[in-house]
Amino acid sequence: MTQDDLFIADPKMRAQGVNVFYGEKQAINDVSIDVGTDLVTAFIGPSGCGKSTFLRSLNRMNDTVASAKVTGRIELDGEDIYAPSMDVVQLRARVGMVFQKPNPFPKSIYDNVGYGPRIHGLAPSKADLDVIVERALVRAGLWDEVKDRLQESGTALSGGQQQRLCIARAIAVDPEVILMDEPCSALDPIATAKIEELIHELRGKYAIVIVTHNMQQAARVSQRTAFFHLGTLVEYGKTTDIFTNPKQERTKDYITGRYG
Amino acid sequence: MTFNAAALLLLIAGLALIGWIAGRQRSNLLAGRSGTKLHSRPQYHGWYVALWLFAPAALFLAVWSSVSPGLITNEVLASPAAENLPEFGFERGAILSDARSVAQGKQEAVRLPAAAPLVEPYAAAAHKYAWIGIAAMLALALAGGLYAFTRIKPDFRARTRVERIVMAVLLVASLVAILTTFGIVLSLLFESIRFFQLVSPLELLFGTTWAPQSGAPQPDTFGGIPLFWGTVLIGAIIAMIVAIPIGMMTAVYLTQYAAPVVRRWVKPILEILAGVPTVVYGYFAALTVAPALREFAVMLGIPNASTESALAAGIVMGVMIIPFVSSMADDSINAVPQAMRDGSLALGATPNETIRQVLIPAALPGVMGGILLAVSRAIGETMIVVMAAGLSANLTANPFASVTTVTAQIVKLLTGDQEFDSAKTLAAFALGLVLFIVTLLLNIAALRIVKKYREAYE
Repeated sequence: MTQDDLFIADPKMRAQGVNVFYGEKQAINDVSIDVGTDLVTAFIGPSGCGKSTFLRSLNRMNDTVASAKVTGRIELDGEDIYAPSMDVVQLRARVGMVFQKPNPFPKSIYDNVGYGPRIHGLAPSKADLDVIVERALVRAGLWDEVKDRLQESGTALSGGQQQRLCIARAIAVDPEVILMDEPCSALDPIATAKIEELIHELRGKYAIVIVTHNMQQAARVSQRTAFFHLGTLVEYGKTTDIFTNPKQERTKDYITGRYG
Repeated sequence: MTFNAAALLLLIAGLALIGWIAGRQRSNLLAGRSGTKLHSRPQYHGWYVALWLFAPAALFLAVWSSVSPGLITNEVLASPAAENLPEFGFERGAILSDARSVAQGKQEAVRLPAAAPLVEPYAAAAHKYAWIGIAAMLALALAGGLYAFTRIKPDFRARTRVERIVMAVLLVASLVAILTTFGIVLSLLFESIRFFQLVSPLELLFGTTWAPQSGAPQPDTFGGIPLFWGTVLIGAIIAMIVAIPIGMMTAVYLTQYAAPVVRRWVKPILEILAGVPTVVYGYFAALTVAPALREFAVMLGIPNASTESALAAGIVMGVMIIPFVSSMADDSINAVPQAMRDGSLALGATPNETIRQVLIPAALPGVMGGILLAVSRAIGETMIVVMAAGLSANLTANPFASVTTVTAQIVKLLTGDQEFDSAKTLAAFALGLVLFIVTLLLNIAALRIVKKYREAYE
């Protein structure tokens, strides 16, 4: 890795020498990466390259898989998130996540967004919660579409609306980092465009990490791109550099469509 | 020569085997001779011949076995030896059956002197009809086999035909269960109608005194409310208070917390619990739980405490239902997509919050369906209530008192000596009909809820 200038002075999250194992199988091999506060970082790579696995280790969602084991060091604001003193509930409140398939709860739109603030006790009164829900829906660009039917079920929305509802749900707990795991892969092009627009607007307020299969999408929404292949981080750099002037042969082959 | 159905069945099965081999050979031979390709593979031709050989003959055998004894008896009655038979039905039947036993070699000699002259005509008639039956059956088998055999040609669609026959057999098999259900419902219905000609349905459904007497129906003795209440108190209230929380907690533990090893052991054990015969639960309720509860009630100073109590039956029935509720709840919770659970955990919810606020609400329709099915099972349960709940029809909310249920009363009404056409006996059928309708409605409601819920996640 030669791009030392890319290692940010005061990163939001810093991963150093991270390995992830599923039982005997090693899924991630010695990955070091920084996630900047005001940046969108894209993880690209062919299927099964470990980009989603690595993303899930950033908020310890891999904990739900019994056989998963993480070694190395991952920091959030300089604090080791795998340290025994780290409370995983607090961690996930600070590092939110949006999934590949929209997964709203079978509850009303209001309750979907209010779920996080309620469990974290962020809203002492109903009026406070109203404010939080409205602000999250406005930020997710969904407010105008749903403000008259907040009590309807979240599962009745269209796929793109559901995904923005899930983003609103993540925003509502006021996280510092938002992890997005292929958030547009289940959506049509118009809904995808809306999500990408939303990512632009959210940039600067949250550190965003997005896993995507779609290289054009990575080029459009991100400032930093990391290319994963077979569990290793092949190249990490400014998005413009990765797409116009890749340093590694494998990166070049992938972005020109030679494989993947 | 006697007519031995089992041996004959074996005989035509043997013929069918020969037919199978012959049909197969012939199709191969014809194909080889004409040089064309067979439409169906040889064994289908074999099966075609075998089925044609076997099925008509077997059908004839079944019909003949049931018809021929009547024909033999008629022949004997028409013989001159039968002229001296008494007219009276019972005596006449006894003499005939005595003669038949000797003729068939089951008895050394006649017991009734009057039967002696009939033995010879009986044996002759039996011999004659046996030969007729065997000849007709063999003729049918050969005719069927030959018909099928001559139809074999390389382009003959034997496979299609065999498959059609197999499909028809499967259809008939599936109709057996449905037709049986219909038969049961009809028999219930007819007897119930006879009951309702004697006692008004309104009295059965809304009357509050249950004291059926033998003989002509007395007014105000067929009120079903105490039974319905007892059934609801035991099956739908006490049993569910026990089964729902324990079953749900079991399901939550097994799906969310248990290590795979624990799950691998606990689930089968629960299933074994579901397979314990209800009479064993009945012992447990009557001999262990009920006396303990009575002592407890007496200690508390509760009046009317009885060794046969609604509580004992209800608690044990609840335990019996636990595996039922837990396995339905287990399935429903497992059917909630993992994505839903991840979504909640990723927001920083604890596993506990995730279960209470996301998984259980999402699984609730399925769980409700399971509970309705459990209730329907509980109210139809008989053995435990017969043994532990008692038979006195009290209309009481005191769970330590003895109550009775619909099923327990049906057992009481139908056991022992009874006239079959009295209102008291017929009442059992009317009660059965009510129970059947209620459980049917519960099952339909439960299945609809479960189905609707499954669609939501597919």
